[in-house]
Amino acid sequence: METILSLKNLDKKFGSVHAVNNLSFDIEKGNVYGILGPNGSGKSTTLGIILNVVNKTSGSFSWFDGSISTHEALKRVGAIIERPNFYPYMTAVQNLKLICKIKDVPYNKIDEKLKLVNLFERKDSKFKTYSLGMKQRLAIASALLNDPEILILDEPTNGLDPQGIHEIRKIIKEIASTGTTILLASHLLDEVEKVCTHVVVIRNGIKLYAGPVNGITATNGYFELNVDSDAKLLVSALEKHPSISDIKQEDDKFIATLENELSATEINNYLFKNGIVLSHLVKRMPSLEQQFLTLTNNN
Amino acid sequence: MLRLLNIEFHKLKHNRASRVLTLIYFVLLTSIALIAAIKFDIGPIKFHLAEQGIFNFPYIWHFNTYMASIFKFFLLLVIVSMMANEYSNKTLKQNLIDGLSKKEFILSKFYTVLVFAAISTLFVFVVSLILGLIYSDYNELSIIFSDLEYLLAFFIKLTAFFSFGLFMGILVKRSAFAVGGILVWLFVESIFKGFLFWKFNSDNLDTNNQVNSDLSTISVNDIMQFFPLESMSNLIKQPFTRLNAVQSVGKQIGENFSQDFSVHWYQIAIASAWIFIFIYASYALLKKRDL
Repeated sequence: METILSLKNLDKKFGSVHAVNNLSFDIEKGNVYGILGPNGSGKSTTLGIILNVVNKTSGSFSWFDGSISTHEALKRVGAIIERPNFYPYMTAVQNLKLICKIKDVPYNKIDEKLKLVNLFERKDSKFKTYSLGMKQRLAIASALLNDPEILILDEPTNGLDPQGIHEIRKIIKEIASTGTTILLASHLLDEVEKVCTHVVVIRNGIKLYAGPVNGITATNGYFELNVDSDAKLLVSALEKHPSISDIKQEDDKFIATLENELSATEINNYLFKNGIVLSHLVKRMPSLEQQFLTLTNNN
Repeated sequence: MLRLLNIEFHKLKHNRASRVLTLIYFVLLTSIALIAAIKFDIGPIKFHLAEQGIFNFPYIWHFNTYMASIFKFFLLLVIVSMMANEYSNKTLKQNLIDGLSKKEFILSKFYTVLVFAAISTLFVFVVSLILGLIYSDYNELSIIFSDLEYLLAFFIKLTAFFSFGLFMGILVKRSAFAVGGILVWLFVESIFKGFLFWKFNSDNLDTNNQVNSDLSTISVNDIMQFFPLESMSNLIKQPFTRLNAVQSVGKQIGENFSQDFSVHWYQIAIASAWIFIFIYASYALLKKRDL
């Protein structure tokens, strides 16, 4: 597996604030990564450091195995951080031409990328006349101009209306499907859950987890169960089962957390043998949100 | 280098304010030629400025570079805003993310300053040459091309002044405040100069003061020449009292205007040192900052 970006013991202090604390992780080619963390957890600072706009306090990072300097590497990267920054007095096309000049790429991709983000009709309007959603889409077009090996997105749907959020997500999914490596920072978990294969969880600048999405907490899932008859029988039967670690009642359902792998058929069979007939049985895996909250609360 | 210039001129050419200011600047440079048209014809008093010798070679190089450098403020606005706007639009951050290094960013601005200064110098050279060829009393080649060091001084003067503008643009990040900052610095230098004159004069009166007696051997100008704006204005001194007409009037009223008008190598060196300091300080500042 080719490593695109590698962070080693990265550290950043703003005065007394320790924004990034001894952070290490690798970005491998072809995966879609999410950086998760509450507001102010150091996500944007980390991205700022690897993008050459924030100075690190200590530690190191290297692009493409350290074979080229950071600013040369960034010509092969597409990145959007926070708000779209363009020259307000230039049109979309003029802005994109400038970026082509900086990145040393020809102009011929401009029309194609503008069509991809649905801005082709407005390509000769000045940037300052754009709505926030359009500005964000132009930012995506600009990040794609060089057909980047990795696309870095920091809160790409921040401040957008539902329609804008939907459009941006659709574009991200399209890009991910072409095999482009993506690094997506967000505090919106469903956003990450929908597109990412791997996550890095950060809180207060400290890495809590890095790895595949479904490995974030070692879990075998849980059952939602209910009966029409006596609930006490159900609870006592479940308590006796060796694979179930915890039972609690939520609204009108019982939640049985699994310690070991157990299929819905097996539990149904076991309960039926104990004379319990279920009215409701669903096996679920915890959502990323639940896992994230568990992780950030436990540590 | 061409790539960096290309990037910077792309930013400038689409900005209407920059285009208008640059245009005004070059129109004003050309307008030096209009001095030739100043003509009074009131009965017995006939006065035609162009025939008073101001367009004589080689004096014209001194006169025109001095006049032209007055207009540098128009271009200063362009330079300062091209720097400060990168901060206010946050496009500096975007440029760096897109793969421009901080060094390249500063260099692209500095190259632009050099180009502006070079074009201005060329412009003044051509305008002066044409005016001189029309009005000068002396037309031998050796006289025409003497005293050309005023053009070099002009080039250094503009470059130093605009580098100062770049530095202030980076330092305060807002165009209006950066221009204000330059004015404040001008006041600070003038007040300091005034203070030195006052100090030296009072020391000279009190000759018993042993501590300061060494100081009286050096003059105020020896100290002031190291200050940035003073070093720039030292490059080309005011040309008016050098004019024959003025000199002869001076002699009649018993005033002697003898002054050293030439361009000295150490003045060029001091101004060049400031250019280096301003550009390097801009780079150091940008490198140190988190954006």
